[in-house]
Amino acid sequence: MTHLTKAILLVGTLALGACTNADRFDNADAVDLNAQNMAAANTGIDQTALTGANNPASPQYFSQTIGDRVLFEVDTSTLTAQGRATLDGQAGWLATNSDYLAVIEGHADEQGTREYNLALGARRANAVREYLISKGLASSRVRTVSYGKERPLAVCSDESCYAQNRRAVTIISIGQGS
Amino acid sequence: MMTKFMTFLAAMMIALSATTSAQAQEPLRLTLRDGVIEALPFAIPTLQAEVAGSEQMANDISRVIAEDLNGTGLFRQIPSSAFISTPGVFGTPVAFADWRAINAQALVTGAVAVNGSQITVKFRLYDVFSGSEMGEGLQFVGTTDGWRRMAHKVADVVYSRITGEAGYFDSRIVFVAETGPKDDRAKRLAIMDYDGANVQYLTDSSAIVLAPRFSPNGDRILYTSYESGFPRINVLNVASVTRQQLTTSEGDMAFSPRFSLDGRQVIYSLIQGGNTDIFRTDLATGQHQRLTNTPAIETAPSFSPDGSQIVFESDRSGTQQLYIMSANGGEPQRISFGNGRYGTPVWSPRGDLIAFTKQESGRFHIGVMRTDGTEERLLTSSFLDEGPTWAPNGRVIMFARETQGADGTTALYSVDITGRNLRRVTTPQGGSDPSWGPLQQ
Repeated sequence: MTHLTKAILLVGTLALGACTNADRFDNADAVDLNAQNMAAANTGIDQTALTGANNPASPQYFSQTIGDRVLFEVDTSTLTAQGRATLDGQAGWLATNSDYLAVIEGHADEQGTREYNLALGARRANAVREYLISKGLASSRVRTVSYGKERPLAVCSDESCYAQNRRAVTIISIGQGS
Repeated sequence: MMTKFMTFLAAMMIALSATTSAQAQEPLRLTLRDGVIEALPFAIPTLQAEVAGSEQMANDISRVIAEDLNGTGLFRQIPSSAFISTPGVFGTPVAFADWRAINAQALVTGAVAVNGSQITVKFRLYDVFSGSEMGEGLQFVGTTDGWRRMAHKVADVVYSRITGEAGYFDSRIVFVAETGPKDDRAKRLAIMDYDGANVQYLTDSSAIVLAPRFSPNGDRILYTSYESGFPRINVLNVASVTRQQLTTSEGDMAFSPRFSLDGRQVIYSLIQGGNTDIFRTDLATGQHQRLTNTPAIETAPSFSPDGSQIVFESDRSGTQQLYIMSANGGEPQRISFGNGRYGTPVWSPRGDLIAFTKQESGRFHIGVMRTDGTEERLLTSSFLDEGPTWAPNGRVIMFARETQGADGTTALYSVDITGRNLRRVTTPQGGSDPSWGPLQQ
């Protein structure tokens, strides 16, 4: 997808001004799109920007619509059916958006010793990496890092939080021309 | 930044001539066995200020000596309000009857002289009931900013003479200072005296730092840092506070390092393709050696004091358990067979015990077992205790305790290997991953 086509897909709304800097495409068109939006406001037809999570090529789309993370059962690194479905989506997205690289972060819940959890997080991250490679992702585009129990998302000390913390998160970034 | 400690003048020890001859029939001796429950009462009248202006220092040093001894749980200070008399000039004969009357079994007397930045501390230890001096009087000379160390040295000698074991008060701990909420925790490497005094920071909090480990002589610290974005092992020089990354065998991530007893080798965990094994690197030659080779998690290696063996944890059986292998690798022997999971083994400096973290039924424990896995003894129990480290004399273990819930915090605790005398070590912020350094020279 070229930058030109992406720009054409952009349709402005009032939300445009709130776009995060992660959206790389809309600055040049901001004025025109705002004008268009004023016109649209009179028609009573809802318009939504194909920016942010609505732009299929955006990191937000990757993280929110496809899903950037998979969860694990206690003390396992086996991918669940739901996890594999998410990763199928990730693999597809990465195939389309070939200028992105991925780092898989492996995490554990707090129930475990620090060293073991680092090793467990590495197993989880690697399970994701191996799966994405099996779906065609070039191994040079994906690295892993484990945070063990050092970076919990949810802070309570029961299963509702632990389940969210036992995760592998795919962090994408624009790489050097691949 | 270490000058404060280094200016301490190598603790000159001068034997003063004994003024009393030991005629004791049953010398005072506290034998440290499981049966020791009653603390030994001792008196330490405030050390005399031998030079005008030394009073504050004399008070402070007396207080720290008493805190050291009380803190062991083995000794109990008799309050000065119970004293019948105060000692005469340091070194003059002791009125033993006055100390017997209040049931003081040991008496420490001393004197402090401050001259500019130099400080001299003298002391004598008496066995009150036999009416004799225990060992020779000693004198320490140092600088005033090292005054706490002088107090610790006095307490170490007292402890050692009464128990027959080496002391541990003049030692330091390196640990991870923690601030902020659980989901945004800032971690810095910090060093402090064994009792939590004199905290100094060795790193900033810009990258996660984990599990520092002192070298056997305390000159260097190994730790894991995320500075590069990935966990890597750094070697930090304590005196200069400079650090460099350890060159390990090829791998994605390296962590859980520990020195050999000669300080020349590092054993650690390396992650390759998601699998964690144990490796060894010779610091002088840069040679690497793989010590385990299984698809299981092998981590937390710790050398035996004679350097011939390594204890570590592995989940090759399905859950975390403890194993011992030769320092060159090879087939290990499993030593933990109880219920639950065992991790973070650390070999005692005496060689006889292995301390570990145990997880069972949702609780965490710090425990010890013999090196063949027998005589397991759990010393603590809480929501989350982990990461034991041994005092230099192998009598006390320090570890980290984390409390439950969204507001959970970490703190350092110590416990005697008999399971008694659990104490929180006061630190300015939260603390985790303690590593106890050697007794200082």
